[in-house]
Amino acid sequence: MSAEQSPKIVIVDESPIRAAILEDGLREAGFTQVVHIREMQSLLARIYAVDPDIILIDLENPSRDVLEAMFQVSRAVKRPIAMFVDQSDSASIQASVEAGVSAYIVDGLRKERIKPILDLCVSRFNAFAKLQEELERTKSQLEDRKIIEKAKGILMKVKGLTEDEAYVLLRSTAMREKKKIGEIAQSIITASEMLK
Amino acid sequence: MTAPLRIGFIPLVDAAALIVAVDKGFTAAEGLEVELVREVSWSNVRDKLNIGLFDAAHLLAPVAIASSLGLGQVKVPIAAPFNLGINGNAITVSPALHAALMQEIEGDRFDPLATAKALARVVAKRRKAGAEPLTFGMTFPFSTHNYQLRFWMAAAGVDPDEDLRLVVLPPPYMVDSLANGHVDAFCVGAPWNSVAVDLGIGHILHFVSDILAHAAEKVLAVRQVWADKHPDVVASLVRAAVKAAEFIEQPANLAEAAHILAQPERIGVDAEVIQRTLTGRLKISPDGTLRESGRYLLVGREEAGRPDPVQAAWLYAQMVRWGQAALSPEAVETAMAVFRPDLYDAALGRRPPEQAPAAFGAFAGPVFNPDNIPGHLEAFDVGRWKA
Repeated sequence: MSAEQSPKIVIVDESPIRAAILEDGLREAGFTQVVHIREMQSLLARIYAVDPDIILIDLENPSRDVLEAMFQVSRAVKRPIAMFVDQSDSASIQASVEAGVSAYIVDGLRKERIKPILDLCVSRFNAFAKLQEELERTKSQLEDRKIIEKAKGILMKVKGLTEDEAYVLLRSTAMREKKKIGEIAQSIITASEMLK
Repeated sequence: MTAPLRIGFIPLVDAAALIVAVDKGFTAAEGLEVELVREVSWSNVRDKLNIGLFDAAHLLAPVAIASSLGLGQVKVPIAAPFNLGINGNAITVSPALHAALMQEIEGDRFDPLATAKALARVVAKRRKAGAEPLTFGMTFPFSTHNYQLRFWMAAAGVDPDEDLRLVVLPPPYMVDSLANGHVDAFCVGAPWNSVAVDLGIGHILHFVSDILAHAAEKVLAVRQVWADKHPDVVASLVRAAVKAAEFIEQPANLAEAAHILAQPERIGVDAEVIQRTLTGRLKISPDGTLRESGRYLLVGREEAGRPDPVQAAWLYAQMVRWGQAALSPEAVETAMAVFRPDLYDAALGRRPPEQAPAAFGAFAGPVFNPDNIPGHLEAFDVGRWKA
């Protein structure tokens, strides 16, 4: 591999969205040779066919253990593979494991070429986790809104309140009881169903 | 300690003593707050333990040794104050391979030498016919499964690196891989062998206890530096695990233990399947044939929990035999020092037992002697090691 040439990177990830986010980031940073493997069957054969310099795998993937076999002496392995992180680099390994990604590097690749790739990997994985968290939050907010609407309707009907008054009652109760407004709304719905 | 201990595990029945120790309240009784974290790969468990994201872990015994030797990974000295399980693995083969073996077998079908010789004949026939080599699945390069398969087949002259393919497969993928013909056989822990038999796609050929009567399987692993820093916590963990192991071994507690282990966030399979493993009464064939063994998986019997450094030396010898580790007296010492019966005895406040630990009872080769590993390895024809 010449110094100018972009290293060949394989991404092993069953999440197509996360893999796309990572692949985009790598391409933007000038790494043009990126291959995404989604199919876990015959994983090693697929990897050998690509013959990558770097393999990135998400830690939720049980097939990570399959990759460990690449360390072993075997006729199937074209080039030796070593985990890049050496004893002195525990900060890097910690950051990547915490982000949920692991990197396997073929021997001989210069360390300073690996660092930006791993950093990018960590930041993209963290970005994806944040994105997922936001999605979850939005989803539960939507869910909450539906529940609050329903509880408001019950209060309006039972207590003869206007919509605004019903909301104020929900909110003040939530504040007094130090609970989420969604929880108060849910208990109103539950109670009204029990009293039906 | 203020923060709860984080302990990683892989959903396998040999994590029983750890899971029951926490879920039955034995750790809480010792004043420990524990969060069990279910993991998907041994690599994850190892790395999270090594960098301190886990305080302790359910770990393959050979991984603990490889970690201390810096083989295939960053070198982090590990201490194992408790042995999680003796034996517990089985070799399962596809119906087609089972039929081929039974056609070739001479002698008792539970005799590992007879089955290994039958395998050698099947391998030779396939080669002559120009068929693809057989593929065997196992769980990790540094695993008991890898060494047990190799030990078995090599006894009849089958070279595991030349005559067939040994591939790593995550345990949850084993059954699918056997069903779709990706592998012809596998060696794995419970419950996966029983799952394959129940689905009608596999026959249990051997309990690993047929091959080695008493083999260390998983350990409760902590970092050596962590053990030095928190001796009281280590002792509490050991005591809780010992109590849990005793609890599990009581027949009256079997159903409760199986129920605890079956929970979705723990092992997540039918309690009945787990109970089969714990009793050693397993269905070995899709036609319902049962086989019972008192040696299938030992959790607390025969001092299963007390780590035996000779077991560590044997595992290291397998690494040497198959070219994973270079032979050196220092490495033998390092490997043996991973298994810590001293921490186990200290936790229980007792002297070392006078009786010697149970022997391996290997079906082939001379009695293992940790003081003469090269001499021991000389006795085996097939191997990758260089003196």
